[in-house]
Amino acid sequence: MNPLRIHIEGIGLWSKQLGDFAALQALLAGHVPEPPSPKPAATTLPPNERRRAPESVLLAVEVAGQAVAMSGRTAASLTCVFSSSHGDQAITDYMCATLASAPTELSPIRFHNSVHNAPAGYWTIATGCHEPSTAVCAQRMSFGAGLLEAISHALADHCPVLLVCSDIAGVFPLAEQTGCTQSFGCALVLSPEISENTLASLDITLTPIQGSAEALPEPLAGWRAANASAEALQLLAVLARGHGHCQLDAAATLALQIELRAAETHRDDVHPRAAEHVA
Amino acid sequence: MPDPMTPLAITAYTATSAIGQGLAAQLDALREARSGLRPNDFSSAPLDCWIGRVAGVEDAPLPAELAAWECRNNRLAWLGLNQDGFIDRVRDARQRYGAHRIALMLGTSTASIGETETAYRRLDADGRFADDMRRPAIHAPHSLATFVTAALELEGPCLTISTACSSSAKVFANAERLIRLGLVDAAVVGGVDTLCDSVLFGFNALELVSPQPCRPFDAARNGISIGEAAGFALLERVDAAPGAPRLLGYGEASDAHHMSTPHPEGLGAELALRDTLARSGIAAAQVDYINLHGTASQKNDEVEAALVSRAFPARTRGSSTKGFTGHTLGAAGIVEATIALQAIEHGLIPGNLGGASPDAGCGPQFAWTNEQQRVDVALSNSFGFGGNNACLAFARAEFAA
Repeated sequence: MNPLRIHIEGIGLWSKQLGDFAALQALLAGHVPEPPSPKPAATTLPPNERRRAPESVLLAVEVAGQAVAMSGRTAASLTCVFSSSHGDQAITDYMCATLASAPTELSPIRFHNSVHNAPAGYWTIATGCHEPSTAVCAQRMSFGAGLLEAISHALADHCPVLLVCSDIAGVFPLAEQTGCTQSFGCALVLSPEISENTLASLDITLTPIQGSAEALPEPLAGWRAANASAEALQLLAVLARGHGHCQLDAAATLALQIELRAAETHRDDVHPRAAEHVA
Repeated sequence: MPDPMTPLAITAYTATSAIGQGLAAQLDALREARSGLRPNDFSSAPLDCWIGRVAGVEDAPLPAELAAWECRNNRLAWLGLNQDGFIDRVRDARQRYGAHRIALMLGTSTASIGETETAYRRLDADGRFADDMRRPAIHAPHSLATFVTAALELEGPCLTISTACSSSAKVFANAERLIRLGLVDAAVVGGVDTLCDSVLFGFNALELVSPQPCRPFDAARNGISIGEAAGFALLERVDAAPGAPRLLGYGEASDAHHMSTPHPEGLGAELALRDTLARSGIAAAQVDYINLHGTASQKNDEVEAALVSRAFPARTRGSSTKGFTGHTLGAAGIVEATIALQAIEHGLIPGNLGGASPDAGCGPQFAWTNEQQRVDVALSNSFGFGGNNACLAFARAEFAA
């Protein structure tokens, strides 16, 4: 079967150490990037929503906003897939602790913010997006499985898709079960067609998982271990280098084999943009 | 608007909810207009409300080889999988296509959060999870899909869809895309949600829970009754089962309005409906029955009744079946899909149980009591928090759009 081909038009990234995709590129080029402010700015949200939004929403909206801005597309035009291994772990901790001690005092706002699709809800409301939106998870495979869902939507319905994959740091005692010790979020704008906004093109094949995951250089390997969504670093590192291959787990025994194709654009004058963002 | 899609065959389906385990029990309850709601007897400090509880989940442990996945949600999933020969049909499909060619797409809003709630009630002296509660795979929203993957021995794409109350409607769309692209040959879709304190006390905090059995589309409705359920369906290409009922189309759209109340004009719901009709290649007038979302919340029912009035002719029949099952949240999509399929199979339009004094906003489309008539095309609406809307269209095999 022919590989699935998808084109990337925007990349967003946020962790305590890396404020955007350029910071990852700088890091891999041997520089020490300036860490971002301690809280994701999430400027796509109106100020009142930003104050109300839980941390998981701020993180998802921050990386989504970065990727959409880079793509040059309108957020309202994008089908969106929000993936997260654990949702908002701080709210889960609050809810379970409150239910154990004073269940009738549960906060209604925190309850409606606890749904797994809260980031999708806040994002579509803030951007006026009426396109299909979804919220998915697949444990440590949340990025790979979310990517497969986003690609299948983009290719089946021939539409651009925003993929976000993010997890905030866990709160004790739940964090001992989730293993998430620091926040990580990333986003991609994917298109079924090559365009003047294409940064990179990927060929993707589904295979059984082959061997164990490739080793990433430190500090990336440690960051990956510290957050389920940071499995995405395998692909982000390939994108930052501008060449290469990676394997992403998408299910218990299923992997995506991803090959970054050499920059291929439909117009000669767009090479500088691709070069600026990738490689 | 999307192009019409190639319909898919629904070669097996099943549901387990408060009205019974399996399709025969469900049909019987619908025919007899028998609600499964009962006074809340769930949790150590039950709220004063009614619930749709599945009897016997407590007494149905998982088999020894699956015991690592023990929790109420997975027990209900297992109970559901064992109805109507569903596991056998999946085993047949696995032999025909290979385990890696079958996707598993499951919806849930809270998965096994009930187990995490229990862990927090039993923290040890250091404030940590007790030894027997240290089960990372259970304290995660993907736990249901991980369990069902193991139980059905599937090796294809596997995803949890968690968009609150539209979750297990959207799974049909995920599966159709994977089959259309040729990435798989079949898909198990479905959803499971179980009663837990998070949803009982959460919806109570939002003042959305009725102290009485829910009354969808009734003028005096005053909130939802929460239920639990498991449901599954097997999707294959039509040539594998030309006589099977079909998934004709689906639609998905976002309200972009509010986290916990629907768009006042039902914008997202209508976009999802229009998307469904276009994908199905049919006009609204060809729809015989709509299983409505009809939660019995003030706002949902007002907005949805208005949508039915403006989009469908009087001959199209509509009803909510949440008066039977309660609102089964992330499982509502699949349970109501199976009711729509039974409407086609048995010519039964289930009456809108609980709507004794219809809201003035309800048009002539509403079936307040059971009606017997041929159903060729049936829709099912599912709307979730965050303004997440989905609609499904099913048809009998002989129906040609």
